[in-house]
Amino acid sequence: MLTNQIKLTTKFIAIAILSIGFLSACKSTSSSTLYQDLGGEAKIEEIVDNFINEIAFDESTYAFFKDSNMQRFKEKLSQQLCVMAEGPCTYTGDSMEQVHSGMDITEADFNHGVDLFISAMDKANIPHNLQNRLLKEMAKTRGEIIYR
Amino acid sequence: MPFKKLFNSLSLLSALSISAAVVADESKLIATAGLSQIEGAGGGGIVPWATLSGYDTQDQISVSAALSQVDLADYRLNVQAVSASFYDQIEVSLAHQRLDLKTLGGDIKMNIIGAKYKLYGDAVYSSLPQVSVGIQHKSLEDKAIANALGANDTSGTDFYLAATKVHLGAIAGYNAVWNITARASKANELGLLGFGGQNNDSYELMLEASAGVLFSRHLAVGVEYRQKPNNLGLDEDDWMDFFVTYIPSNSLSLTAAYTKLGTIAGAKDQNGLYISINGHL
Repeated sequence: MLTNQIKLTTKFIAIAILSIGFLSACKSTSSSTLYQDLGGEAKIEEIVDNFINEIAFDESTYAFFKDSNMQRFKEKLSQQLCVMAEGPCTYTGDSMEQVHSGMDITEADFNHGVDLFISAMDKANIPHNLQNRLLKEMAKTRGEIIYR
Repeated sequence: MPFKKLFNSLSLLSALSISAAVVADESKLIATAGLSQIEGAGGGGIVPWATLSGYDTQDQISVSAALSQVDLADYRLNVQAVSASFYDQIEVSLAHQRLDLKTLGGDIKMNIIGAKYKLYGDAVYSSLPQVSVGIQHKSLEDKAIANALGANDTSGTDFYLAATKVHLGAIAGYNAVWNITARASKANELGLLGFGGQNNDSYELMLEASAGVLFSRHLAVGVEYRQKPNNLGLDEDDWMDFFVTYIPSNSLSLTAAYTKLGTIAGAKDQNGLYISINGHL
């Protein structure tokens, strides 16, 4: 019985170590930034252009932008993505809370926006793993965006 | 048959929620709905996870259904499951299992009603894992084999605590998911061979774990492990599986797995193929 328990514990530890090893061993070790990997300013602009296009053709999401200055949105989102990807930029826009307050964006609206952003990245031919790295940085702002 | 009634009410409920158009097939990151595990709860193939079945958010309801089969040397397990998740907070599930005894002839049927409550977090977006508690009440329709093998009960209840986390871009940019579940159980082979026995008749804590990687928005690969008790003295083994899930859309997923289920009721080396089709509304 005791040996059985020890065997089990060993198995679990093995699985845990395997998973953790998996998680850390494969982490990107390259010294280039996400900004460089994505393809710099040109690629970020392409993603943002595509995203604006996705929004324009999506009735429910466009409703949130009907009073927005899209030129400004394009400029500030590009800056923000550049900063998130550790690019050579400074974000000069308003805080995420300020921008989204009063919009009452639900979790479902947010998730739908993520889908549109993924389409925008797909159309800019951003590889899946780079998409995830950018989404990971963007996900950190979720709390400042929804239910404001 | 109270179970049939419940099943019907849940079907009616699904129909209602569809007509009310609050269903959630357009939300959340694709592939985060998971599967219905073999006891009906949202999870992997054999392990219930902290995530709820379906793609619902806190303003939505989702309904999921799954058909699964595990084909082994001497047995074949068939599972029909339906579940509903409410506001990404509560999940209720019903499952009907039929274990075909391929070599002996005949079958064993069991019904499982389950509920899960999310205590904390969001598997994708919170920095700590999502944590849920769950319950699975199981009752055998066919009690003769459980009684013959010396099980103490033909119905029983499992309780579990599960933690699940999705790490965006964790492995060379690919999304990774892990889950750990602690389950208090007396069930022999899920309960298909009854509950408790001459070796042990008290609740024991069983650990279950899953780990997976999403190689695209449509393909997940992983491994699961489930510790099991040995109440009947029939050398009941822990279970393990290696799975591949294809997720063509937010409303459908197809899973195939190689399962290593070990000795079941004295029959050794019960390894085989698990297949499952899951639909979400």
